Amino acid sequence: MTEIELKDIKKITDVINSRYGIDFGNYALSSFKRRIKRIMDLQNIKSVDSIINNLETSTLYFKEFLSEITVNVTEMFRDPTFWLALRDDILIPLLNNRDEIRIWHAGCSSGEEVYSMAILLNVIGKQNKVTIYASDIDEKIINKAKNKTYSNKNMELNASNFNEIYPDDNLLNYFQEKDEKFTLKEEFTQNITFKKHNLVSDDAFSKFDIILCRNVLIYFNQQLQNNVLKKLTSGLFKGGVLCIGSKESLIWCEDINQYQEINREEKIFRKIQD
Amino acid sequence: MKNSIKNIEAIVIGGSAGSFPIICAILEALPHDFNIPILLSLHRLKNIRHGFKEALSIKSKNKVLEPSDKHKIKQNEILLAPSNYHMYIELNKSISLSTEEVINNSRPSIDLTFDSASYVYKSKLLAILLSGANKDGALGMYNAHKRGSYTIVQDPLDCTIDTMTKSALSLTEVNEILNVNEIKQLILSLYKGK
Repeated sequence: MTEIELKDIKKITDVINSRYGIDFGNYALSSFKRRIKRIMDLQNIKSVDSIINNLETSTLYFKEFLSEITVNVTEMFRDPTFWLALRDDILIPLLNNRDEIRIWHAGCSSGEEVYSMAILLNVIGKQNKVTIYASDIDEKIINKAKNKTYSNKNMELNASNFNEIYPDDNLLNYFQEKDEKFTLKEEFTQNITFKKHNLVSDDAFSKFDIILCRNVLIYFNQQLQNNVLKKLTSGLFKGGVLCIGSKESLIWCEDINQYQEINREEKIFRKIQD
Repeated sequence: MKNSIKNIEAIVIGGSAGSFPIICAILEALPHDFNIPILLSLHRLKNIRHGFKEALSIKSKNKVLEPSDKHKIKQNEILLAPSNYHMYIELNKSISLSTEEVINNSRPSIDLTFDSASYVYKSKLLAILLSGANKDGALGMYNAHKRGSYTIVQDPLDCTIDTMTKSALSLTEVNEILNVNEIKQLILSLYKGK
């Protein structure tokens, strides 16, 4: 067992920051360390110094590294009870009263959550009223999201989550199958814009009615969570809604007083003051 | 390095199929003021967020919590890895959760919790691996043992399903191989020793 030490991690984050301007210094340590170890295993790299050398000499390597160090494991309709609450308590009442709303998926990864939203909006007949922005730090994963194509293996779980919400419908009806892969049909992908955006260093790029940032903050330390939350708060209209992951918490964040808890279990909050 | 059971600051328990009644029995035996945190990394159904914590709490005198991300570990807590998340321990003795890839088809993964807990607590960790049907936990036990944690594997003969414990024993030395009753007594002896 080669132990990856704190000083190794610091060396890696320093070289990335100085060469590529991306600061991983405030990422949660355990998972960052584990992902370094994973990259070493996947790429059969024996020492941290080799990673550093690769990072220093190759931008192409850095892009690969970025895709592996960020966590891109997700599923459609993760936590079906969350989607039920979002649909019934937020989306339907809001869309009955408004002609247009804007939603931001911050940290959209390969797009599963974005398309879950698009499909749900379509089912409730409101897709044409909603503009969706989806952002991620990693261009490679954004391209994958734009491709809106998912493997057979993943679709099984996606479809079973969907059935928790709509027991009589079949998620696969919304996709076209080819070579054991499923591509979301064109009609469900309108009004969606993908955008490269780094939550750590970039400010919120607009104002939104709903922001979903679920299971993204867990990869940051407490200080960074606090900073990122400030950006999310500034990106919400007063009265706007913030959704975080089922085991994430705002209790350490300075902005918590600007929010009212709408659903404790599903982690849905409303911004009540500017 | 000689691993010893002195000065234990945290207990981490991993288990899968067949481990539920054992965990219940251990928790039931603990006094209400047991003051060493217990971290549970147990395989569970991924889409069922409710019920498991409650079921474990029924006979326990101490409340079982599913911690939120960044939860600070307290002395008398029993913390259960939430469904569909990995559970790490950070150097400042707080919990970090993650939705990374499944490991050995599992999230939470026992390997991952044992690995990070032993990195933090080193010789002050007691790591216990119970009955289960896959090899998750074996690598975690190996890492824990190397870092000086006190390691216990449930006796495969005592397990409902022995795949997990046998995998661990084929990969690493451990300090003791015990049956459920002996595991319970050993944990309780830590309390008396305080």
